[in-house]
Amino acid sequence: MAALDTPQPSTLRHAFGNVLSLFILLLIGVLAFSIRLFSVIKYESVIHEFDPYFNYRVTQFLTKNGIYDFWNWFDDRTWYPLGRVIGGTVFPGLTLTAGTLWRILNTLNIPLSVETVCVFTAPIFSAFASWATYLLTKEVKGVGAGLTAAALLAMVPSYISRSVAGSYDNEAVAIFALIFTFYLYIKALNTGSLFYATLNAIAYFYMVCSWGGYTFIINLIPMHVLLCIVTGRYSSRLYIAYAPLVVLGTLLASLVPVVGFNAVMTSEHFASFLVFIIIHVVALVYYIKGILSPQMFKVAVTLVVSIGLIVCGAVLAVLIALVASSPTKGWSGRSLSLLDPTYASKYIPIIASVSEHQPPTWPSYFMDINVLAFLVPAGIIACFLPLSDASSFAVLYIATSVYFSGVMVRLMLVLAPAACIMSGIALSEAFGVFTRSIKFQLPGVSQNSPVNAGDTGTVIQNDVVKTEKSEDSLKERPSRKNKKKEKDKTERASVVRQIEKRLLVLPLEASVIAIFLLVLLGAFYVVHCVWAAAEAYSAPSIVLTSRSHDGLHVFDDFREAYGWLRHNTEVDDKVASWWDYGYQTTAMANRTVIVDNNTWNNTHIATVGTAMSSPEKAAWEIFNSLDVKYVLVVFGGLVGYPSDDINKFLWMVRIGGGVFPHIKEPDYLRDGQYRIDSQATPTMLNCLMYKLSYYRFVETDGKGFDRVRNTEIGKKYFKLTHFEEVFTTHHWMVRIFKLKPPKNRIRGKTKKAKSKTSSKRSGTPKKNPWH
Amino acid sequence: MGATANFRKAIIFSVLFFYSMLLVKTLSSSPPSSNLQILTAERRIDLTSHIVRVYLTLKVENTGEAPAAEVLLAFSPAQFDHLALVKAAAAVGKKKKKTYLPLEVNPSDHPDAPNGTKYYSISLLKPLGKAESITLEILYMLTHSLEPFPAEISQSESQLVYYHDSAVILSPYHIKQQASMVKTPTSKVESFTRVEPTDRSGTELRYGPYEDRHPYSYSPVIIHLENNNAFAVVEELEREIEISHWGSIQVTEHYKLAHAGARHRGIFSRVEYQSRPSISGVSSFKHLLAELPPRVHSVYYRDDIGNISSSRLRTNSKKSELLIEPRYPLFGGWKATFIIGYGVPLQDFLFESDGGSRYLNYTFGCPLSETVVDKLTIKVVLPEGSKNPSVKAPFTVEQSMETKYSYLDVIGRTVVVLEKKNVVPEHNVPFQVYYNFNPMFMLAEPLMLVSAFFLFFIACIAYLHMDLSIRK
Repeated sequence: MAALDTPQPSTLRHAFGNVLSLFILLLIGVLAFSIRLFSVIKYESVIHEFDPYFNYRVTQFLTKNGIYDFWNWFDDRTWYPLGRVIGGTVFPGLTLTAGTLWRILNTLNIPLSVETVCVFTAPIFSAFASWATYLLTKEVKGVGAGLTAAALLAMVPSYISRSVAGSYDNEAVAIFALIFTFYLYIKALNTGSLFYATLNAIAYFYMVCSWGGYTFIINLIPMHVLLCIVTGRYSSRLYIAYAPLVVLGTLLASLVPVVGFNAVMTSEHFASFLVFIIIHVVALVYYIKGILSPQMFKVAVTLVVSIGLIVCGAVLAVLIALVASSPTKGWSGRSLSLLDPTYASKYIPIIASVSEHQPPTWPSYFMDINVLAFLVPAGIIACFLPLSDASSFAVLYIATSVYFSGVMVRLMLVLAPAACIMSGIALSEAFGVFTRSIKFQLPGVSQNSPVNAGDTGTVIQNDVVKTEKSEDSLKERPSRKNKKKEKDKTERASVVRQIEKRLLVLPLEASVIAIFLLVLLGAFYVVHCVWAAAEAYSAPSIVLTSRSHDGLHVFDDFREAYGWLRHNTEVDDKVASWWDYGYQTTAMANRTVIVDNNTWNNTHIATVGTAMSSPEKAAWEIFNSLDVKYVLVVFGGLVGYPSDDINKFLWMVRIGGGVFPHIKEPDYLRDGQYRIDSQATPTMLNCLMYKLSYYRFVETDGKGFDRVRNTEIGKKYFKLTHFEEVFTTHHWMVRIFKLKPPKNRIRGKTKKAKSKTSSKRSGTPKKNPWH
Repeated sequence: MGATANFRKAIIFSVLFFYSMLLVKTLSSSPPSSNLQILTAERRIDLTSHIVRVYLTLKVENTGEAPAAEVLLAFSPAQFDHLALVKAAAAVGKKKKKTYLPLEVNPSDHPDAPNGTKYYSISLLKPLGKAESITLEILYMLTHSLEPFPAEISQSESQLVYYHDSAVILSPYHIKQQASMVKTPTSKVESFTRVEPTDRSGTELRYGPYEDRHPYSYSPVIIHLENNNAFAVVEELEREIEISHWGSIQVTEHYKLAHAGARHRGIFSRVEYQSRPSISGVSSFKHLLAELPPRVHSVYYRDDIGNISSSRLRTNSKKSELLIEPRYPLFGGWKATFIIGYGVPLQDFLFESDGGSRYLNYTFGCPLSETVVDKLTIKVVLPEGSKNPSVKAPFTVEQSMETKYSYLDVIGRTVVVLEKKNVVPEHNVPFQVYYNFNPMFMLAEPLMLVSAFFLFFIACIAYLHMDLSIRK
């Protein structure tokens, strides 16, 4: 920045830097989008997994019937006979986003199907998310760090796992909303602009629309505000950034039907209100401090504190009493299991039974954020040099998200952006230090000559912005209005920086090697991310493939079964299956299901679990009482598909037993072991799930060898008396059984009637001259 | 005054009535002339598929004075409803040098026909003079004419069907000598009506010869036979042919397929289906063959819920064959829907006619082999800006027009919609759509995009150079 005395090249360099960073950002967006297309290229453009199918179905409804019908949609195809009010129980952000996108495209006469739009929503929004990361990190640590963080986020595996093309889930748009909300908060904090504060509330509203994870924002930002107040960083900017967010944000949040009065009633939101009160008290104190003399102020403080304490105590007591009177202490089950990781496994088997609600293992950290795990500490240190409002927020963000990710695998997704930001800062700082060291020591480059000639865009940007106070952010994007003012400032700053830079010089060789190693690290990260995107996270899970010596083998059994149900059963038939397949059945087969992945009614799920764990006759009675016509089970024993119903069966027993005590888990276990071979308990061998899974299985190979459990099954030859097999897919992965009608008591009569009609047929040819 | 007016009216009405009577008289052409007689008639009924093909060879002689310009074919009402196609040709020349000249066949209406008999009339190339004779080769096809009995079968049973027809040929003319041969798919025939002389050997059933039958003689027969062919019926087929003058024709075909044979009853056991393919599910089918044009590209096969991975494409210079497998084997009464899409090069199917207009020459009908299409809709999407579309089809089809908006269209594309019911593979003959098109329209959309981006950049530049802030 020494070249600043001559204004001409400086503006040119600014322009060049801006264009370059814009170009890099564009490329990052393209990267973020295209790395997520592996699933489309390797498989097909199709919606993935379970929840996305529900979102897809809701989007279809929205595009077909319009927004008003969507809010009032009572879905009678699920949770039979209860139904579900979709409009009031769904986070509408994702659906509305995709629906709007589709509408815009259609008004431009671009006839893309709803499915295509849904499939590509997630990649588009990950490009947005990486741009938002750029903005956020830029506010924290400058453009260089921003670009690095954006590039890292564009391909972080943890985020890819939730946003590949086809993974049409809430998280797809929510991560963007999360980062963007944080960016606007920091921006408002740095500028003290009410405009950004209002935008922040709107971004928060979008986040509330999109994902239940919005409570993370509404707790993290108050925590940060509190931190700022405690560390003596209170300023009017902080007030402007926070107060509008709480007021507007809460008002907007309660407009979302699924949140509604929860925005002011549940404990998840109390922290924000508490901090809202505190920040007002603090603001008042600062104000009074400004108008009173120091002595008067002291007197006032003692007076207020003594009265205030009493009032606060009373209010707190009332609050605690109120909260304590509710059984869950005002917290929802999922939030509680975050605070107490053992809560779910103790009390709510449904939450515990979902694999993404389990705590992650260490390898999954390496898998999901890879080298970022090592860079994060460096980034945290960089954030403290020096600590600003923005960087303290980043530190707080990473600290809390690390904790949450440790409780649930799913929340690794919240950690990923934080890790990217931190690693971006670390990498960019490190590059800054090393390239500077090289530059200062290179022969031929005089120390006073302008340091420009950066080899990468990152480096240039790094030079432009150095860490300073929070005003820094104002300068990085010099608005045309206060360019002049700024110039003086930067000039002064650049002198300071020159001295700083000279102090931070490392040996040349060390710097070169370190840069090389950093590039290597980055390369390793890129390779890992591409591998993860291509191999680990692209499978749509409704189509399975396996490679054998004679080429690729495709297992498309799920869609075969759903397709069969869709075309060959009555429209109003009810299909019972374990809740995992509920969303897919309603979306792909268009049939009514008893339970689905929105596990809102434990009793209903327990009823299905009980039926599956009961003997045939009892199960038939349960299903018949629910008006069920078909029962669908997933069976992997023939081809070795491990996540089938037999492996999930213990959860059915547990959930069923939780409500209906006659189902006891020990009855299904032999000496505490879950087995299906000849050692299995009779209860196990006679339960419906066993029978439906293994019905006539022995005839395939003569022995009944289960390739998932790697044993021969216990009971091989048996007949079904109340169910009949109506469809089994090609690889036996889905089996559909029909409930036999209750025994007919007037069998003799019907026979007669039949013979009558047939005799009629042959008896009337005379009347028609043509027969 | 009033009386005269009434009188006038009465006269006018009576005159009108008289003329309309005359009109009716002339329209409903005189009842089938009995001047013609058929010397020999041979009928071969092919029941090997689910489409019944009947080949009729008639030797017609004019015994009257007046020359006869048309020959009538009679059908019972039931058969008439199932008729998909009637073709006729006149045989010219003696053996070896025999050639066939195609003749025009049209349904004709005769309200006073006995028992509601329906007719098709064959227009001869030149009227048949006195005592002249001509040999006619006639092919007609019946769909949905094999009635499964029993109507419901289980997985292990084979499919039995009834075929109703007459032992003697229904004709408005006197037939001197006739015989009928019925070809069955297997030698398994449960029962058949005997009208002596009747003879059966192997897969052939022979009725006749019968001598000197009067006009409209009819003797119903029922043949109960085994037919395990794929009763593949496309209930609805919508083909969309989209022409792009940038070099490709995109065809999208939406199928609603059903197995129209005896309904499947009770269980479907996969283990039996897989281990005993010869007995289990013999009447079911699991793949179909679609014949696509040569040089076909970007073929896809999918349904509402995604790609169907079981298909195979073989291409050579004459034709492309796409072997498709629905998601599950189709048993009687089971249904499936799917979409086949592909692109073909423009120059193979789009030509310029003498008048300067262009025409598309494409195959009518369904590319699936041996299937009946109950309702076929062909939509030819012409490029934006094309004018004066007209259709030339070898048979009567219902026509209508639509407008479709596709990628960035402003005025919309003209869509020519052709509809036909009861389509059989023999309908796969070319039809033509003529239209006028100015190549300038090809540039409309690129220019639109260019100008949109140009305006966008201009707006950006303008914004960057304007200071809109209130504060200075």
